[in-house]
Amino acid sequence: MNAEQILFILFGAVSLIGAVSVISFRHPIYSALSLVVTFFAQAGLFILLGAHFVAAVQVIVYAGAIMVLFLFVIMLLNLGTLSAKGAIGPKLKGFAVILGILLAIEGIYIAVNSANDTAVAAAETATGTTTTYQIGELLFSKYLLPFEVTSLILLAALIGVIVLVKRESQEEN
Amino acid sequence: MENMPLLVLILSSIVKILIIVHLLLVGVMIMIWAERRVSGWMQDRLGPNRVGPQGLLQPVADGLKFMFKEDLIPNHVDKPLYVLAPAMLLIPAFVAVAVVPFGSSITAFGYPIPLQIADINIGILYILAITSLGVYGVVLGAWASNNKYSLLGGLRSSAQMISYELTLGLGIIGILMLTGNTLSLRTIAIEQGAYPWQWNFLIHFPAFLAFTTAMFAETNRLPFDLAEAEQELVAGYHTEYSSMKFAMFFMAEYMNMIVGSAVTVTLFLGGWHFFGLENVGGPVWSGLISFGIFFIKTAIFLFGFIWVRWTLPRFRYDQLMNFGWKFLLPIALTSIVVTGILWITTNSRLVVGIGNAISAFIVVSIVAGLLVMTTPKPAIQESDSGFAPTALDTVE
Repeated sequence: MNAEQILFILFGAVSLIGAVSVISFRHPIYSALSLVVTFFAQAGLFILLGAHFVAAVQVIVYAGAIMVLFLFVIMLLNLGTLSAKGAIGPKLKGFAVILGILLAIEGIYIAVNSANDTAVAAAETATGTTTTYQIGELLFSKYLLPFEVTSLILLAALIGVIVLVKRESQEEN
Repeated sequence: MENMPLLVLILSSIVKILIIVHLLLVGVMIMIWAERRVSGWMQDRLGPNRVGPQGLLQPVADGLKFMFKEDLIPNHVDKPLYVLAPAMLLIPAFVAVAVVPFGSSITAFGYPIPLQIADINIGILYILAITSLGVYGVVLGAWASNNKYSLLGGLRSSAQMISYELTLGLGIIGILMLTGNTLSLRTIAIEQGAYPWQWNFLIHFPAFLAFTTAMFAETNRLPFDLAEAEQELVAGYHTEYSSMKFAMFFMAEYMNMIVGSAVTVTLFLGGWHFFGLENVGGPVWSGLISFGIFFIKTAIFLFGFIWVRWTLPRFRYDQLMNFGWKFLLPIALTSIVVTGILWITTNSRLVVGIGNAISAFIVVSIVAGLLVMTTPKPAIQESDSGFAPTALDTVE
């Protein structure tokens, strides 16, 4: 077992533990923090893949910005500890069981097919494109259309937020 | 560096880490002393001058006092997070310094050793990522304290940090456009050249101002210290903290200042360059001199931090948000567009510099004009003194 494998197992374990803690903690603040831990471990996994840029962006966007906003909202609403019973209704429970079974099938499928998977090979070739320069070049040549579509979707979301907030404040007046 | 034997690489890295961590800790102590002495000087009083020569040992005495104080944990706090919060603020401050280049390089064992712990390809992104984590310490400390004043401080701080982080990130994009193909801080420092008129702060003057201002906000320093505004919130997010835990919050603030200054010096003020002085002497001396130059530049910048503290009063919260979103962010965005267009069309740093300055001036004028026009004029009251508030008063 080389150093890379040890690190992979470490980051993978931390990421899984974090993910399980998100749903097992009763307090939303602790859940949010567990999610931060998961994001961090995933950034570590990205670094192992040689994707330094993606790792940094993962930390900046998810851990640095989005989760802080989550915490902000949790603190602002002053959400208390969830009680063990009554949080989930019977309908939701059935839905959760179906989703859980689907997820388990997915996991088994990936585990069985991972030996001759093309994704690993693709990731290995992708390690060549690690520097920011190359990512930028790819974004503006090969992936130009998806890039522009993404930015348009984000723009639509921004405008939507502004419209929603504006309407509310006008009604108040 | 590629053909350096592993042993030399590991040994030199360990030595560099040890030196830099201790320099940071000593730097924090000196900053605490300097803050109080310079404050005293600016207010025409003495400041602490009893412990040691010129009061230099005052931080040591303070540290001893902190360590021997009872480590008090109030009953009403959320204990795990309350204990964790100071560390979550202190660790990012420590870790961020890893990619800052402190000087050119020193030749030892026959190999040139760069004066930097890690020269990674995404250096500046790393700094942004790590510093953006510091807000967790403040927010969690505030929430775990279970105290209204602390919570208000934490809420203020998180909103403020997210708002100003945008400017911090966008302000450096102009620099990255003019630096070739990499985000490494070392390359950015090297490409700036030896003379002050080649440094980035002239080419990207508006971005430099926006970045520095955002840096003050990120470090929670006056005039942006609303998270711990004494007159309103007792001590803000660290109201419930005492002894060494309080000291950790305090250390993190000063360490953030030092790291922030070092990053600004690297990005905008030419790093370790100064009129070619960094090339004087042999392979060892030139490295030490370059380190000295970097150190002095950082110290001057840190003095600026203290200076501003006693020059500008604290913002009101709506002013803080207006300033961040309506002035700093447009300035940073314009600098990106203008730098990009002018650099492609003319390929001249002089033109980019002039264009940046002019465009920033225009943007600020437009925003100020719009604000004056859209702010509803307050009904002019006939007050006793005959003073009528104008629209400008409500904007500023």
